[in-house]
Amino acid sequence: MKHILTRFFGITFAVLLITGCNNSNSQSNGALGSSAAEKVYVAPGEQDDFYAFLSGGYSGNLTVYGLPSGRMFKEIPVFSQFPTSGYGYSEETKPLLNTSFGFVPWDDLHHPDISQTNGELDGRWIFVNGNNTPRIARIDLSTFETSEIIEVPNCAGNHSSSYVTENTEYVVAGTRFAVPVPQRDMSIKDKKGNFKGALTFYKVDPETGRMSLAFQVLMPGFDYDKAHPGRGNSHGWFFFTTYNTEEANTLLEVNASQNDKDFIAAVNWKKIEEFVANGGGTKMPTSYMHNVYDEETHTATSTTINEVLTVDPADVAGAIYFLPTPKSPHGCDVDPSGEYIVGSGKLSADVTVHSFTKMMDAIENEKFSADAYGIPVLDFEAINAGSVKSGGLGPLHTEFDANGNAYTTFFISSEVVKWKLGTWEVLDRKPTFYSVGHLMIPGGNSRKPFGKYVVAMNKITKDRYLPTGPELEHSAQLYDISGEKMELLSDFPTHGEPHYAAGCPAELLAPKSTKIYKLEENKHKYVTPTPGDARVERNGNEVHVYMAMIRSHFTPDNIEGIKVGDKVFFHITNHEQDFDVPHGFAMIGANNSEVLIMPGQTKTLTWEPKRVGVWPFYCTDFCSALHQEMQGYIRVSPSNSNIELSWSLGE
Amino acid sequence: MIIGALLPLALFLFPLWKITLEAPQYPTPLGMYIYINDFADANPHDIKNINIMNHYVGMKYIPEAIPEFKIFPIGIIITSIIGLIIGIWGNHKWFLAWFIMMVALSCAGLYDFYLWEHDYGNDLDPKAIMKFTNPDGTIMGFQPPLFGSKDILNFTAHSYPQLGAYFLGLGMLASFLAYFKGKKERKIEQ
Repeated sequence: MKHILTRFFGITFAVLLITGCNNSNSQSNGALGSSAAEKVYVAPGEQDDFYAFLSGGYSGNLTVYGLPSGRMFKEIPVFSQFPTSGYGYSEETKPLLNTSFGFVPWDDLHHPDISQTNGELDGRWIFVNGNNTPRIARIDLSTFETSEIIEVPNCAGNHSSSYVTENTEYVVAGTRFAVPVPQRDMSIKDKKGNFKGALTFYKVDPETGRMSLAFQVLMPGFDYDKAHPGRGNSHGWFFFTTYNTEEANTLLEVNASQNDKDFIAAVNWKKIEEFVANGGGTKMPTSYMHNVYDEETHTATSTTINEVLTVDPADVAGAIYFLPTPKSPHGCDVDPSGEYIVGSGKLSADVTVHSFTKMMDAIENEKFSADAYGIPVLDFEAINAGSVKSGGLGPLHTEFDANGNAYTTFFISSEVVKWKLGTWEVLDRKPTFYSVGHLMIPGGNSRKPFGKYVVAMNKITKDRYLPTGPELEHSAQLYDISGEKMELLSDFPTHGEPHYAAGCPAELLAPKSTKIYKLEENKHKYVTPTPGDARVERNGNEVHVYMAMIRSHFTPDNIEGIKVGDKVFFHITNHEQDFDVPHGFAMIGANNSEVLIMPGQTKTLTWEPKRVGVWPFYCTDFCSALHQEMQGYIRVSPSNSNIELSWSLGE
Repeated sequence: MIIGALLPLALFLFPLWKITLEAPQYPTPLGMYIYINDFADANPHDIKNINIMNHYVGMKYIPEAIPEFKIFPIGIIITSIIGLIIGIWGNHKWFLAWFIMMVALSCAGLYDFYLWEHDYGNDLDPKAIMKFTNPDGTIMGFQPPLFGSKDILNFTAHSYPQLGAYFLGLGMLASFLAYFKGKKERKIEQ
């Protein structure tokens, strides 16, 4: 018996040993795995530390993410119709998408930039550009809604945009595809010397954020690719990369890659501002649209503007210089001090860095190597601060932390490389999955970066997620950059194609985020301020329904006297005044979308009834326990019927 | 005694009572302050949102005004004036009388509040969207507690006095202390 017991204990001990070993093994594995997991884990009920605004590229919209979790919070409709909320379908928001080409319900959104004061993020607005039908939009960062869209005249491929100066004096819009200015019928072959690349400066009202086109510099017909503002000592200057200084008009992949160096254009906007203030510049007839959304009327309006103030660089001596930069530079990034201008030659292995101090010295001592269309080209050796011998291939974009380090993406070698400003020494490199385009450090394009994380936004996804057929969302990677070496923390899919992104600490925006619109401040032309004001009015074949909605009914919910051939406008006011209680409205057969109406807001959906009958409408947002009951009927009679308009709710 | 008479006037500045409703969907609870002359939102639009919630079970809307809003302020002013007169000219026996009067009036006020709450919580619309019954088959009421906390369906209701009520209580306490002090001084004089 004793023997058996001893044996039993012996076995138990052995088992304990084995499991003990296993435990310690799995713990050490787990410790490695869990440290990354813990860094991105935001416990239920907790909130993220940073907002990240990722451009949606060809989705036309801007997405809002949290960092470090990588959770998506919202898609902000900007340049594309968005049936989820009725953006671009409702009568109030349709004007936002008006252009001189008519209603353009889509665009290609590229480069978000948060407004700044003294070179630091102030979190008031975020500006984004539409690349295809050139436009700049401003999004209000208290409502997270598009407030304004202004077209860019004389521009095509609005790509070196929409970056702000360090006090948000201006937001810029540069032209990627040089075009005839003004547009005219001419042979494409005659491009060289005859096209222009317009760099447009929009003044931003410091109180309202409203944009107005201040002036447009008509540069030589190169492709103006990316831009960033000067800051600190270089405040007052703006830098734009160029490619295709060959001015090729066909097979650009070959013909625009012939020059060993293209340029970074350094534009002294303060000088041009002064020139314009003293009556300089030429007014040119044109046509572009300015669309503004009014938060009090909940309605956007469009205005056509027929004139633009253009500036010929030759007229403003000393305002514009070209900095020779190797290999078709793409990214154009300025470090937090404003001293270094980083040009990433996308066909190169190296990253070229220019010095602002040296640039000013070269200008003063006229160290010019050539000129291009009368614009002095500075001597490369005289302005070059150094170059990063990266060992990678295809540098694209650079962001900065607060400790004098720079992080550059390499598209071809698919990696992020960390290097030291001043010594140009490579400190670390981490692979990305796959072929990274932009990267973003919150505040990484300002005087005050928050260098805790970098988000790499990749162009190719392949096997990173469960496959979803041929079309995949793009992929982003989050790295912890608080230590000496970067640490890959997580992968998350992104919507559309993120190009640039902007991020900021959560506390900059979260406390001021709008919860509701105040009903008593609603100045919509067709508001229904109280349920007692609900009514239906006919004006010829136009019928205006003044409707109120609150949990869990519409007022009115029975309407008769509508006829085939009428154009019915449902002006619906959400009478809720509680956070996160939207109601939706959908009408059978409506040829547009639903509208999702926030508390205190009014939206208008248009419906043209085509068939006789009794047709229902309902609330699309599960608003309450009685949501399913939130519905109503409209009687549609033949066009020749003489049934009077009537409406009701309850008995 | 004069301090005691003046303290209840703080009721014109501070709320008397507060009812708070907590539920999972309301990370910021809904709340209503009761002043001697007004109902007020704890956070903007709370009363409106309480009304929206309550309409599902057939409760009436919280009225803009109730008759008490006229009576209570007059009562407070009159009792304060009486207290002041007593404080200046009266002796300690009058202090006690004022104290007893205030206790009686406060009890009456609380009882009135209870009656209103009872009516508000039990006089339900017969066409109420949701009707609930107690285990014994009677119709469930939704009366918030007079004092303390209580679970009502998905809500936890809290009902507690506020700063104004504490000032009233302090005033009454002061008058009571003044009575004892006066009594003691009287004895010493004798």
